[in-house]
Amino acid sequence: MEVEKKALVTKALSITYPNGVEGCKKVSIAVARNEVTAIIGPSGCGKSTFLKSLNRLNDEFGCVYEGSILLADGTNVLALNQYELCLLRGERVGYVMQKPVPFSGKTIRQDVTMPLRGINVTDKDEVNEKLRHALTRAALWDEVKDRLDNLSTSLSGGQQQRLCVARAIINAPEILLLDEPCSSLDPKATQLLESMILDLALDHTVIIVTHNMQQAQRVAARTAFLYEGELVEYDMTENIFSKPSEKLTRDYIVGKFS
Amino acid sequence: MIDKRIIIERLFSLVTSFFAMCVVVLTTFIIGLVLINGLDKLTWDFLTLPPTGTMDGGGILPIIEGTVMLVLLMSLISVPFGTAIALYLNEVSSKGAVYNYTMSSVRTLAAVPSIVYGLFGLAFFVNIMGGGLDFLFGYEERVFRERCLLWAAMTMGVLTLPINIIAVTEALKMVPQEQRHAGLCFGYTSWEVIKWIVFPQAKGGILTGLVLSVSRGAGEVAPILFVGVAYFIPNFSGELLDQFMYLGYHLYVLATQSPNVDETLPIQYSTTLVLLMLTFGFNSVGQYMRWKNRKKLQR
Ligand SMILES: Nc1ncnc2c1ncn2[C@@H]1O[C@H](COP(=O)(O)OP(=O)(O)OP(=O)(O)O)[C@@H](O)[C@H]1O
Ligand SMILES: [Mg+2]
Repeated sequence: MEVEKKALVTKALSITYPNGVEGCKKVSIAVARNEVTAIIGPSGCGKSTFLKSLNRLNDEFGCVYEGSILLADGTNVLALNQYELCLLRGERVGYVMQKPVPFSGKTIRQDVTMPLRGINVTDKDEVNEKLRHALTRAALWDEVKDRLDNLSTSLSGGQQQRLCVARAIINAPEILLLDEPCSSLDPKATQLLESMILDLALDHTVIIVTHNMQQAQRVAARTAFLYEGELVEYDMTENIFSKPSEKLTRDYIVGKFS
Repeated sequence: MIDKRIIIERLFSLVTSFFAMCVVVLTTFIIGLVLINGLDKLTWDFLTLPPTGTMDGGGILPIIEGTVMLVLLMSLISVPFGTAIALYLNEVSSKGAVYNYTMSSVRTLAAVPSIVYGLFGLAFFVNIMGGGLDFLFGYEERVFRERCLLWAAMTMGVLTLPINIIAVTEALKMVPQEQRHAGLCFGYTSWEVIKWIVFPQAKGGILTGLVLSVSRGAGEVAPILFVGVAYFIPNFSGELLDQFMYLGYHLYVLATQSPNVDETLPIQYSTTLVLLMLTFGFNSVGQYMRWKNRKKLQR
């Protein structure tokens, strides 16, 4: 499908695990700037694999890539060296994992500001300002502003997940990657996180992996459907859910398989 | 039917608690015995004077000095190497075939009987390295190719190395993989992940493991039998190339070589007490650090 302002483009992206499993096969997709794009598909279809390639976390699993991942300014993510990759992850592409990952033994303040140490932001006022801003955007500030020096592990699951979002956006990345961020949360926490995502999309490009189709409908402007590593269909969310052009997509959204 | 289940349940808890009690009784018995018999001879003089006569009088100062020195040198060798190797294996290397092979070698090494380390020390450190150094420096008489503190410390270092590596590895494994990935995801280099994420969490475990492995080494005698421990030297020189006395070995000497058993028996008890205090000391430091660290992480 046509996308006007692109934040990220993959061209024939294939990802192979060291055991030979091909997690993604020739996925070409253009992600629109400052919108929410959802990636849906049955379990094991390669959603996480795709997402983890966008910041090359898959390097850790020994994946081999083919094709290209281009950012708006032409940067090819797959061509970056180790140092450039750290800068990319620290400043341009944020990532939130499926399960919240608070750091044990760290206070909320320390936990959220961890990324700043990597890029050497140490000025106290600047750190505090970024902390406040990130927590506000993650819809967590009001809940924790009086207990910033409590341990981050003392927060509830939903709060921890928003803390992870705050940590991911503290350096104002252009792109935010979320891998099933609500899978361990209850409906209320999910609702909170979704409205936070919609707010973040005002000035971030958000790519969210979800197996919850209602969630994709609620938050995403565009939706991509992956099946067995291949991109089956990519369109505006309402089209995907009201008049999908592929039979496979139709079968999936009416629940013929999952 | 119900009755039988209850009987088995009772029996089960009875049997297990009986064996648990045995451990407590045994420990209390050993410590009590040593304390009762060893405490009255454990005077300041005993700790600060060298032995006299056929070691049936005086104190055990050079033996304490030799032991402490050996343990220190041993730690100086095995702690940095062990930590570095464990860090490399677990945090840097890609965990493929090389990792598995190295790790199983380390496990095998840790299971090698300590006497074998003693023989290895004699063959490798004293004869090959010592002999090699003598040859290099062109010494006619034996200088390095001698049993001495240096080679003993190295032998002990090699003995505790695998134990160290395993201890540090266990501590590193306690840190979940997601935490490392989270760190990488916000732009840390792998060194920063170790420094700011892994190490703060594994610190307690690492220290505990190191202390425990050092205390394990301090209790060994067999590895140094052939590489430097002396039967009797009234004054400990502290020189790397001199022989030394050692608590564990001294106990053996007192128990088997003394002509006058009645005279040496109290000395034996007191020496045992000192050795136990030393190893218990190490152990309690380790336990304390573990406890303190757990507290900190759970605050
Ligand atoms: N570390 C790995 N090594 C080898 N193969 C893997 C690895 N991780 C995932 N795979 C394989 O890659 C394929 C895609 O997995 P992926 O985790 O991307 O699926 P997913 O769409 O995220 O599924 P889910 O909805 O269950 O999270 C699967 O066949 C899986 O078995
Ligand atoms: Mg997944």
